[in-house]
Amino acid sequence: MTKTGYETLTSIDAITAGLASVGYISTREISTAIYLAHNLRKPILIEGPAGVGKTDLAASMARYLDISLNRLQCYEGLDEGKALYEWKYGKQLLYTQLLKEKLGEVMDGAGTLNAAFDKLTSFEDLFYSETFLEPRPLLTAMQQDKGSVLLIDEIDKSDEEFEAYLLEVLSDYQVTVPEIGTIRAQVPPLVILTSNNIRELGDALKRRCLHLHIDFPEAEREQAIVRARVPDVSDALLKQLVDFVQGLRDLDIRKRPSISETVDWARTLLLMHATELDEEMVRSTLNVLLKHESDIQAVDKDVRTLARAAATAT
Amino acid sequence: MAEQVLTDFIRALRSADVRVSTGEAIDAAEAVKLIGYADRQRLLDTLRCVLAKSPTEKEAHDRLFDLYFSRQPVPQSEPPAQEDSSESSSEGEGPGDLLDLLENGDETAIAMAMERAGQEAGLQEIRFSTQVSYYAQQMMKSLGIERLEGEMMQAFRERTEDGQAYAEELIEGRKEMFSRAREHAKQAFETYGAGATLAFREDVLAETALTALDVRDLGRMQVLVQKIAKRLAVKHSRRRRKKNRGQLDVRKTLRANAGFDGVPFDLAWKQTKRDRAKIVAVCDVSGSVARVVRFFLMLLYSLNEVVPDIESFAFSGRLEDVGDTLATDDFAAAMDKIINSIGMSSTDYGQSLSDLKMNHWNTLDRRTTLIVLGDGRSNYGDPRLDLFREAAGRVKRVIWLTPEGESLWGSGDSELPRYRPHCHTMKQVTTIKDLERILDEALSRYQ
Repeated sequence: MTKTGYETLTSIDAITAGLASVGYISTREISTAIYLAHNLRKPILIEGPAGVGKTDLAASMARYLDISLNRLQCYEGLDEGKALYEWKYGKQLLYTQLLKEKLGEVMDGAGTLNAAFDKLTSFEDLFYSETFLEPRPLLTAMQQDKGSVLLIDEIDKSDEEFEAYLLEVLSDYQVTVPEIGTIRAQVPPLVILTSNNIRELGDALKRRCLHLHIDFPEAEREQAIVRARVPDVSDALLKQLVDFVQGLRDLDIRKRPSISETVDWARTLLLMHATELDEEMVRSTLNVLLKHESDIQAVDKDVRTLARAAATAT
Repeated sequence: MAEQVLTDFIRALRSADVRVSTGEAIDAAEAVKLIGYADRQRLLDTLRCVLAKSPTEKEAHDRLFDLYFSRQPVPQSEPPAQEDSSESSSEGEGPGDLLDLLENGDETAIAMAMERAGQEAGLQEIRFSTQVSYYAQQMMKSLGIERLEGEMMQAFRERTEDGQAYAEELIEGRKEMFSRAREHAKQAFETYGAGATLAFREDVLAETALTALDVRDLGRMQVLVQKIAKRLAVKHSRRRRKKNRGQLDVRKTLRANAGFDGVPFDLAWKQTKRDRAKIVAVCDVSGSVARVVRFFLMLLYSLNEVVPDIESFAFSGRLEDVGDTLATDDFAAAMDKIINSIGMSSTDYGQSLSDLKMNHWNTLDRRTTLIVLGDGRSNYGDPRLDLFREAAGRVKRVIWLTPEGESLWGSGDSELPRYRPHCHTMKQVTTIKDLERILDEALSRYQ
C-alpha cells in the first residue's frame, strides 16, 4: 500500500473495501458515515442494540488505517481527571523532596525574602509542565501525529456533566489545561461515540455529531460476517445457522442474540462437527446464543419449527 | 438553486418535528457539496446521517425524502439546459403560460411550470389540507389562467363551429391543468404541512378534558401520553448524586491522599444522595373518575424509566392491588378489566383506606409520594380520616387529584374538604396537561 492513514479514505467504496480487508463487513450507510465524518471533521455517534459491532467498527477502522486506537470507556462518575489529563502528583511531590537541597543552594544567594521569592517564581512552571502531565485517552488522541481513532464507548453511561466536557473536545479537537494552555490536535482524530440508549443524550452533543444507527444485520450480511470470522464453516450450515438466529431475533425474548454470539455459535457447531442443523444439536448448544434461563425456556417450543424452517430453506 | 432545494427540504423536516439546527443545516450543505445530487441513494444516506438523529427522526426523514425528491427536478451543477430550451420555445413573456403548455403538451415543461408556479404561490407555507384548493387556485393564477380564459371567451364569442370546439378543448385543458395543480399542492401539503397538522391536533388534544374525549381520539392519546412521559423522563433522569461543593469530606479526603503522605491534593466534597422516587397511586375507578384514572395510570406506567417503584391500587367498594395486572403490554385491555371487575360496586373511601392499612401499609414510607385520584364521594359512609391522617404522616407528600371543580367540593356526599387539610396539594385535573404538571411537580421534590 502506498497510501497510509487518512489518505486512503478517498471514497465510500474505498472505505467499504478497506474495512473488508480487516474483516469488518460494512454497509452503504456505515461507509457513508465514515466518509462524511472524515471529510466534514465531525464525530460519529453510533446507536443501536448491544452486540451489533459498534465498538468493533472503531477497532477495525484503527486497524485498517494503521493508526492507534484510543478507547475511553464511560461509566457513571467518570470525570475529566480520568478522561482528559491528570497531574502526576506523586512525581511532583517526589521531585520537590529531591530538589529541596538544590533549591537551598539556589536560594542561598538571596539575601532578603523578596529576592528569594523572585528567584522562586522564575522556576514556577517547572512543576506544572508537560513532564508532569499524565495524558488520559482524550488528550492522548489529540497528541498523535499520524491521527488516531478515538472511541468513546457507551457515552450514555456517563453523567451529563461529562457530556459538557466533551463538547470542547468534539467541536474544536482541543483540550484546555488551565496551567499550560490549550493543546490542539495537529491531525484531528476520527471520533466515534457509541451509545446503547440507556439515557437520552443531550441535544448539544447530538447536534455536533453525525448520527448512525446500526441495527441487527440482514441475513446476507450476517452470513458474510460469520464467513469472515469462521472461514471453515460450510455454506449449507452457514446459511442454516444464520437463518435460525434471524428467526430467533423475531421472537419475544429478553436479550436477542448478537452477532458475536452467532459467531460463537458457528464456532461451537464447527467444533461438534455439525454439517447441518438438527433439533438436538440446537437444543444442546442453545446456551451459547441465549444467556438467560427464561429465554431458553421461552424459545423451547419454537426450536423445532425454527430449526426445521432453517434446514428446509436450503 | 441547489441551496434552495436543501433549505426547503430542511423546512419540511422541521415541520415534521425533526429538530434541525442552523449548524446542522450548514453541515448538510457541506456534505451535499461533497457527495453531489447525482446518486439519489447516496444523497439519502448522507442526509439521514447528518440531519436525523434518532430512529423516529430517521423514519420521518426517509418518508419526506421520498416525497420531496420524487418531485424536485434534480439540480445539476451546470445550468439546466432543457429549461432554457423550453423558455425560448415559448413566446418570451412567461415560459409557463397555460396556453403554451396546453399547445405544446411537453411533460417536463409542465412539471417545471408547476414547480415555478408553486414557488410563486408560496406553496412551502401550506399547513392544512383545507388549503390545497386555495393554493391550486393561486398556482393557476400565476400560470396565467386569465389569458386562457380570455381566449376561451373569445372562442365562444365567435359562435362558429370551430370556435366552439376550440373553446371546449380549452375547457378540458383547464380542467386537467387544475387537477394537476391540485395534485401538486396536495403533495406539497404532505411534505410541509402534514407534520404541522399533527402537532396542532396534539396540542388541541392535550387541552381537551379527558372526560370529553372521543373514542377515536384514544389511540392518538396514547401517542401523546408517550411523548409527555418521555419529556418528563428526560427532565428527571438527571443523576442522583449531588455534589455539595461547600463542605469538605475530611475522612474521604484523608483516605484519598494517604498515598501522598497525607498532603491533600485531591479534595473530596460531601455529597448528598437524592432519594429514588416512589409513587403509590390509589385510584377510585368508579363512574366518572375512571376515565381520568385510565390516563393517569397510563402516564404513570410510561414513566417507569424514572420512577422504578410504582405501586397502584384501585378501589370502589374494596381496594385491590392492580400493579401486576397493569404490568403487561396491552395496557388498554388491562385497564378495561380493572374497571369492569373493581369499579362496579358503590364507592366506599373508608373501607378502601382500611383495606390499604390492613394489607399494604408497608408500601408507604418516607420517600413515597402518595397520589389519590378520586372525587371523594363516599356515599355518606365514614371517610376514616384517622387512617388518612396516619397515611399522610408516613409519606413524603400527599397529592389528591379530583376531576371535579372546586365549587363542587363539599357538595352532597363529597368529603374533599375534610381530607384536604392532610394533603399537601389538592387539585382539579381535567386535561392530560394537568396530569403532566402534577407529576412534574411531584418528581421535582426528589431533587
